[in-house]
Amino acid sequence: MKKTLFNELHKKLGGKMIEFCGWEMPVEYSGIIPEHMAVRTKAGLFDVSHMGEVLVTGKQALAYVQWLTPNDAARLAPGQVQYTALMTPESTFVDDMLVYCIGPEEYFLVVNAANVAKDFAWIAGHTKGFEVKVENQSDAYSQLALQGPLAEKILQPLTDIALAGMKSFHWAKGKVVGKDCLVSRTGYTGEDGFEIYTTDPDPGVVWTTLIEKGTPLGLLPIGLGARDTLRLESKLMLYGNDISDKTTVLEADLKWIVKLQKGGFLGRPVVEKQLAEGLKRKLVGFELAAPGVARPHYPVYVKGQKVSEVASGTFSPLLKKAIGLVYLPIEATAVGAEFEIEIRTKRAKARVIPTPFYKRADKK
Amino acid sequence: MYPNDFRYTKEHEWIKVAGDEALVGITDFAQHQLGDIIYVELPPVGKELAVRQSISVVESVKSVSDVYAPISGQVVAVNGELAQTADLVNKDPHGKGWIVRLKIKDKKEIDGLLTAGDYEKFLEGLEH
Repeated sequence: MKKTLFNELHKKLGGKMIEFCGWEMPVEYSGIIPEHMAVRTKAGLFDVSHMGEVLVTGKQALAYVQWLTPNDAARLAPGQVQYTALMTPESTFVDDMLVYCIGPEEYFLVVNAANVAKDFAWIAGHTKGFEVKVENQSDAYSQLALQGPLAEKILQPLTDIALAGMKSFHWAKGKVVGKDCLVSRTGYTGEDGFEIYTTDPDPGVVWTTLIEKGTPLGLLPIGLGARDTLRLESKLMLYGNDISDKTTVLEADLKWIVKLQKGGFLGRPVVEKQLAEGLKRKLVGFELAAPGVARPHYPVYVKGQKVSEVASGTFSPLLKKAIGLVYLPIEATAVGAEFEIEIRTKRAKARVIPTPFYKRADKK
Repeated sequence: MYPNDFRYTKEHEWIKVAGDEALVGITDFAQHQLGDIIYVELPPVGKELAVRQSISVVESVKSVSDVYAPISGQVVAVNGELAQTADLVNKDPHGKGWIVRLKIKDKKEIDGLLTAGDYEKFLEGLEH
């Protein structure tokens, strides 16, 4: 099992360690519910060093990123970040990812841990005809996420980057606890916060200092368990659950990352076809109208017919009810529409509700 | 940690015998493994249970787990407080977090269960 450079620190803090995508990672420290609520109300610190990083450089770096993704990377100035996807010719997902514009000939792609090898093979396999160089730098990078309404207050005294001037989906390079870092105002929780990347071989002090300075303000270390409940309340996609190489970008309700005016890109003909013909199914949010929790892969029925399985499902610690995401036939996706989920042996009633399930009030 | 007057199973249930009846719950180890418990499905009072039959379903944020009858018997009471405060199972697994009370059918079945010492040894084995 691979270990991040913070592994021993997690164990010291009582992190319950599990295997995740080949990494030994903390699933929880104090409990999913207290960790979840700390991020919603104060702050939380995550080790997300298992994520993958790919650097694209060269004269045609922009044209190449544009070809592989549906969002418009040409809109990015250096210092900006964009959520997008690596798309197949069928407009399904190789992965979803963040694109950092470092400069006009330099883009930094951040991809999911589960997909690093597959993504890099895909990325490297599509360079033909483009004057670019691609490097898998995943092993060199550590990544922490500091999330929650107090994130800026905790981080500012520890960095020379002026955080108040950093807008959402922007980044800057600077020192964090004396280490060279790239810091972006991004995250996977629906809260304000930062993601901190470093190639320093000994980054432990960044973690320990953030814990030390943040703890008196209510910061907790957060494991993968709360990472999942936080992202789901905010309807942020999880590859393998909500999106995959079997689901198209439009079916996943991610039309906002498709910018047709930008020109050609992999998958575009299928996107146009689906736009013209309409969708047959779509990813929607639901709440369970009965006690219990609808978990991934539980069978889903509309009018007695099995139509799909739960994509993501959990208990929402904030809303205190079972929520989830599911692909339903398009005629069954109206808000308020009811359907059934088989929970172990019983059919439980569920209903389509608006998403995101949670949106923070002071969104920057 | 594990009361000496209880008996235990390798599936992490406990029973506490009092006369012809026994309380059943899940152990501190089990609640810790499950994490934050949010819902406990309770059986109807009067239900006859065979050994190893599912008594209850415990849902935590991250997982779902069956609770099995350590012995056979009839459900004479359920812990109604769990309907509102399922996390009693986390906070006091061997006390206020009890799940059902059974009328014991065959006391001999109890002899086959683990003592506190046996159970603690079993847990040590799991951790290595």
